[in-house]
Amino acid sequence: MPETSPPRLAWLRQRLAGGTNSQWFPYLLVLPLVLVLYGYVVHPMFATFSESVSENGTRNYLQFFTSSGVARESLFTSLFISAASVLLCGIVGVAMAFLLKRFSFRGRRLIEAIILVPAALPPLIGAVSFQLLYSNIGIVPRGLQALFGTERPIMAFDGIAGVLVVHTFTMYPFFYLAAAAALAGMDPSVEEAAYNLGAGRVRVWRTVLLPMLTPAMVSASLLVFMTSLASYTAPLLFNVSQTMTMQIYINRTNGDLPMASAYASVLGIVSIIFLLAMRWYEGRRSYQSQSKGISANRRELTNPIGRWLAPVASVLATMVLLAPVATIALVAFSENRTWTTQVLPETYTLDNFVTIFSDPKAFEPILNSLQMSLLAAIGCVVIGVLVAYAVRRLKFIGRGLLDVAVMIAWALPGTVVAINLISAFSTGNAFSFGQVLIGTFWILPLAYFVRFLPIVFRSSSAALALIDPSLEEAARNLGASWLRAFYTITVRLMLPGVLAGALLAFVHGVGEFVASVLIYTSSTVPISVAINNRMYSFELGTAAAYGMLQVALIFVVMWFSGRLESSRTATRRAEQWTN
Amino acid sequence: MIDVRLTAVSKRFDKSSDAAAVDDVTVTIGAGEFFTLLGPSGCGKTTTLRMVAGFYFPTSGQIHFGDDDVTHLSPNKRDTGMVFQNYALFPHMTVAQNVAYGLRVRRVSRAERDRRVEEALAQVHLSGYGARRIDALSGGQQQRVALARALVIRPRTLLLDEPLSNLDAKLREETRTEIRRIQRESGNTAIYVTHDQAEAMAMSDRIAVMQSGKVQQVGSPQEIYYRPANAFVARFIGRSNVLSLPVAGAGENRVEVRMPDGTTLEVGAAPGHGLTEGDTALVSVRPEHITIAGGEDEPALRGRVTHVEFTGMATNLTVDADGTEVMAAVIDAPSSINVGDLVGLRLVRERLWVVKP
Repeated sequence: MPETSPPRLAWLRQRLAGGTNSQWFPYLLVLPLVLVLYGYVVHPMFATFSESVSENGTRNYLQFFTSSGVARESLFTSLFISAASVLLCGIVGVAMAFLLKRFSFRGRRLIEAIILVPAALPPLIGAVSFQLLYSNIGIVPRGLQALFGTERPIMAFDGIAGVLVVHTFTMYPFFYLAAAAALAGMDPSVEEAAYNLGAGRVRVWRTVLLPMLTPAMVSASLLVFMTSLASYTAPLLFNVSQTMTMQIYINRTNGDLPMASAYASVLGIVSIIFLLAMRWYEGRRSYQSQSKGISANRRELTNPIGRWLAPVASVLATMVLLAPVATIALVAFSENRTWTTQVLPETYTLDNFVTIFSDPKAFEPILNSLQMSLLAAIGCVVIGVLVAYAVRRLKFIGRGLLDVAVMIAWALPGTVVAINLISAFSTGNAFSFGQVLIGTFWILPLAYFVRFLPIVFRSSSAALALIDPSLEEAARNLGASWLRAFYTITVRLMLPGVLAGALLAFVHGVGEFVASVLIYTSSTVPISVAINNRMYSFELGTAAAYGMLQVALIFVVMWFSGRLESSRTATRRAEQWTN
Repeated sequence: MIDVRLTAVSKRFDKSSDAAAVDDVTVTIGAGEFFTLLGPSGCGKTTTLRMVAGFYFPTSGQIHFGDDDVTHLSPNKRDTGMVFQNYALFPHMTVAQNVAYGLRVRRVSRAERDRRVEEALAQVHLSGYGARRIDALSGGQQQRVALARALVIRPRTLLLDEPLSNLDAKLREETRTEIRRIQRESGNTAIYVTHDQAEAMAMSDRIAVMQSGKVQQVGSPQEIYYRPANAFVARFIGRSNVLSLPVAGAGENRVEVRMPDGTTLEVGAAPGHGLTEGDTALVSVRPEHITIAGGEDEPALRGRVTHVEFTGMATNLTVDADGTEVMAAVIDAPSSINVGDLVGLRLVRERLWVVKP
């Protein structure tokens, strides 16, 4: 029967009708997510800003403009290191991608398999391994010194040069992965067309291949620049104190929180600008393959010099790529305080591991890290999955802002996240239910949650992108409520992706150092801070042993994620069938 | 069995703009009827179906299933069985689990559930496939699983959203016969969405032809084919020549038009056509209702052949008759006919029809 009720009632009925299918439902779901993101990501940023102007007004900021001074110097050093890192990583990464994706030679597969190993190390232990390898106390310069009998270590990297070595080794994968993906996605017939039209090889590279790589290169550059700007462990270990991140740390430990906040605000704003630039750029076109079924052709090396050089270079590359992990493993078995001026440690022992597992005080950091990372990972999954769902599947006003809020958490350097949390939670506020969180157990899990939420969000959102929305509709059509369709279909299909993201967040939590070192409490020392403390007391062996455990966890998780990946490709294949 | 009524249903996605995806659609779909929404892409047919399924709510108007107003009912409370264009089978479940999903939601007992799943699979000729994974099935088999999953819940109406568009041509014809057989057996009211007019003609009891969100004509396949309401329907369903001819006289359900050679021809028209002497009538002529004039026949049209195409069943000719391009599909055309020849064309009088612009 057609309705004859008064228009206002009909309007109200229409508004409230349909339950989860109606227009107000997204807002109900999104409201708690907005509160979480505002409370723990956005609000702390504002708190830091008001902290920075609390005592001296704008005077802290004016220091960045005075001609001489630490602030200005630090900003320029940071920017210089970042720019140089982009250049170095770009050269190494693109060259590697071309070599490995376009040429066929002995040892190529092995290198492809281990190419990401240096970058997979946790930030502190990664920087430590490079310090032990290439600084003037490092194995390589001392080895060369011993070999040639010189007075000083040869080719020792220190200061900014050392920082750049660490950055190049740990960040070139951004370029490598981007260039390799672009090369793989590139339609080989485009290149063939250029040859067909008479272009020579150099001309094809210059006029076809490189321009087609440009979008990938630009995003990789922005990414490396941001990551370098956020880098903290490399300057710490190579004693470059005048960078933004180091100044944040130094001012914080000196008790000048307003100045630390000013640095954090500037660094935060620069990072967010880069984030927005990246998002703007990603919206533009990328060059994808138009034709199907042809893979890019690899050239055999025919040049005799190349054929002879390739295996040598492969062996060398393999050694360089595996050296950091090997160094940590070696040092983990060395006796504390015995390795001083020798090229390699000379006495070896199992004591370091025995100490860690038998001394409850030494084992505590491991328990702390596992516990706090697990809590953070659970939080990341709950919020990350829901935010991904909201951003990908629901229509509501402010969807873009929600997306940006998560990505801000990703863009902010760890030091800035730490300062933000200190500013926001050293007094109670509504988001901590009036409790002071600084100095309690909860501050570190919260920091890990903020830092690694974007990882789970990204993997969830990528998993969602592969799931056809009509699957959920089909479930609804068959009578399932929104909640039931969500958990029996959507969440179930997202699971491998979500799990991979959660594991990654967990591993990152266990390896986290940058934020931890600023806000840990003596009762909740995480592994990385324990490593740092042991290094200070010259217990290098024990520090490396902790590091070894982190590395082992990473490799287990990488292996497990690989298995998840294969079951994910199965669903993806199923997805292709249904489409 | 239940009838489905749409009363003045409109849908605007963008409230500020005037463009309506579905504009004032009123149709009644009879109980047990196989009803097709047909139209080019973007005509609003899928939007209409999704409003019936409950995935969209109308901006205005009502939808009734029998006596129930379902206009703003959640999709999960509507008891419709929908077959999606890409089937939307759950890739993490087996064939049987897919089919059982709706029964589980309805808390049907295990024994009953197993029995009905088996029955539904038998109905779509997939007995014994229950334990298979979805990705181990061919496209046609997946299509039938989707159909079984929709039928097993004994829905009030069956909704089919271009279910054949992902199948190859041969399978498409087999499957459409199959869908129709199953729908007849189950006695369901079915709403079918397609852009393929041949499919619509072959399957439907009645068809609603849609364009720009509006229903252009509702009728049986024969009505729509032989008596199209307007030039759009005439051209969209099959091929049609729409000739503009001066009106020489008019009756209740016929119009006399003057042919180029001066003779007049009586053409059927819908009552209330509103044409009088001196107006110009649009006359729809199907290519197969044109023959080549023999020796003593008086040809209605004369022209020069501009294109010849032999299809096996007929010869397609394009003839330029004083600037009007006329398509003809002639059975048993003389093989001597060639581009440039002058031919006379005869029209099958009883198949001509006056259409609205």
